[in-house]
Amino acid sequence: MKKILAVVLLASAIFAADAFAAKITLEGSTTLLPIAQRAAEEYMDANSSANITVRGGGSGVGVNSLIAGTCDIANASRAIKDSEIQTAASKGVKPKAFVVAMDGIAVIVNNSNAVSELSKKQVSDIYTGKITSWSQVGGKNERIVVVSRDSASGTFEAFGELALNKQKVLSGALMQASNQAIVATVSKTPGAIGYVGVGYTSPQIKAVSIEGVDANKETVLTGKYAYSRPLFMYTNGQPKGEIKNFIDFLLSADGQKIVEEEGFVPLQ
Amino acid sequence: MRSYKELAIKMLFTVLAFSSLVFLAGIVFVLFKESIPAISEINLFDFLFGKYWYPTFEPAEFGVLPLILASLEVAVGALFVCVPLGIGSALYVNELASASQKQILKPLIETLASIPSIIYGFFGMLIVAPFIQKLFNIPTGLCAFSASVVLGVMAIPTVASISEDALSFVPNSFKEASYSLGANRWQTLTKVVIPAAASGISTSVILGMSRIVGETMTVLMVSGGAAVIPKSFFDPVRPMTATIAAEMGEAAVGSAHYHCLFAIGLILFLITLVFNALAEAISRKYRIKLGLDR
Repeated sequence: MKKILAVVLLASAIFAADAFAAKITLEGSTTLLPIAQRAAEEYMDANSSANITVRGGGSGVGVNSLIAGTCDIANASRAIKDSEIQTAASKGVKPKAFVVAMDGIAVIVNNSNAVSELSKKQVSDIYTGKITSWSQVGGKNERIVVVSRDSASGTFEAFGELALNKQKVLSGALMQASNQAIVATVSKTPGAIGYVGVGYTSPQIKAVSIEGVDANKETVLTGKYAYSRPLFMYTNGQPKGEIKNFIDFLLSADGQKIVEEEGFVPLQ
Repeated sequence: MRSYKELAIKMLFTVLAFSSLVFLAGIVFVLFKESIPAISEINLFDFLFGKYWYPTFEPAEFGVLPLILASLEVAVGALFVCVPLGIGSALYVNELASASQKQILKPLIETLASIPSIIYGFFGMLIVAPFIQKLFNIPTGLCAFSASVVLGVMAIPTVASISEDALSFVPNSFKEASYSLGANRWQTLTKVVIPAAASGISTSVILGMSRIVGETMTVLMVSGGAAVIPKSFFDPVRPMTATIAAEMGEAAVGSAHYHCLFAIGLILFLITLVFNALAEAISRKYRIKLGLDR
């Protein structure tokens, strides 16, 4: 009996100590996940007292968690919605935005595809089902397999706004739940077209140029590339203490180096 | 002193036994409470028979017919895989395998059940789907057919294990009587053993179905996820479970989308409830039939 009591006391002591350690939780966009993870690791290496947890889930999940108070920083690949600001206000949460990086959404096809350039109109027609064969855009006579992200993803919403002018993605489009799954599907499917953050392009697949502009650093940062967007971190009010230090670190030269190394576009 | 202790322990176990009932009641209550607003927000007919699922679009459309049909299509397809393979292995293990083979085979088949479903998902997405795409020369391998194959394999242990139990419950006297009347092994198997175990075998198939309909991770990764009314086995489809898994994170709490996802959950729950009740009813009948109830 005494033993059990000792164990219980010890356990509660550990939990109590844990609560006092500087602990930051980041949650949200899977696009921001690689940046947030690397930044958290390097920050913890430099500050041994810091304890940072990074979770994915999608931009909406992150913002909802920030409002519910279950995370300190919400990662979002889109700006916060008016409806979310209202819900936040009703709970006394004031989201403050920090742009931490720029992202371009690359349109990708299978390596065997002869098409290497599309116009914005063609991309939108493919995704709304008006163009159904690669022969209509200069490729071989092969059915286009449209691959899209699930509607919980910030990339889905950003693509809907940037590329589709808020039109419906055709209902026959394949749905994949992550950037990696889109790359895997497109690399295994000859007739596929998909879209991912520029950070997820790889030699397994081919990124097509849009209106003659490749998706690369300069074109995304200057906004020449059609499908580019800022990536946000939201905090509750003006950040203080460890949270502020972390965001300052991410915006510093060292932090932006991580952004670049993870395949995104740094702000300077 | 001793009796108090015994009473306390008895109370503790009573509470534990009933706690699962509390969880069940809680889940059922929440499912209904969160689903009912969906019916008032969009009318029931549009919900059940609507052909389009565009939950995040303005104006949103919440037609679950494509999702229900997708679940059914994938489940029926999976039955074509798990019934022959599952019952076949049960018959082999029970009737033909030597004692040592049986000792190895049965646990091995049951090991299939212990593989996490995400691994089946990876396997389906990266190996089965590209293979099927090349084999049938279709635009994409992420379709109802691939999902059926993978789910069918996942349900084999359920079907095989419960069928084998049912076969082993057939009293030896039945077989001996059959042989003594001059029936050969095949006749005994098809005319005596299988009919005697039939209800147990049907139970196994129904429980397998219930596992297939409720499976989430695998269909999310393998079925392709297109919310259209399935026209063939080679089209991408989106079953109900995959829809909930992919969208619950984004749906704003209290929105029509959120309530609709709960309503889909309720439909799933009712389907598996019917399956389980059916399985229970059949297995009860079978115990009586074999005279094991007395």
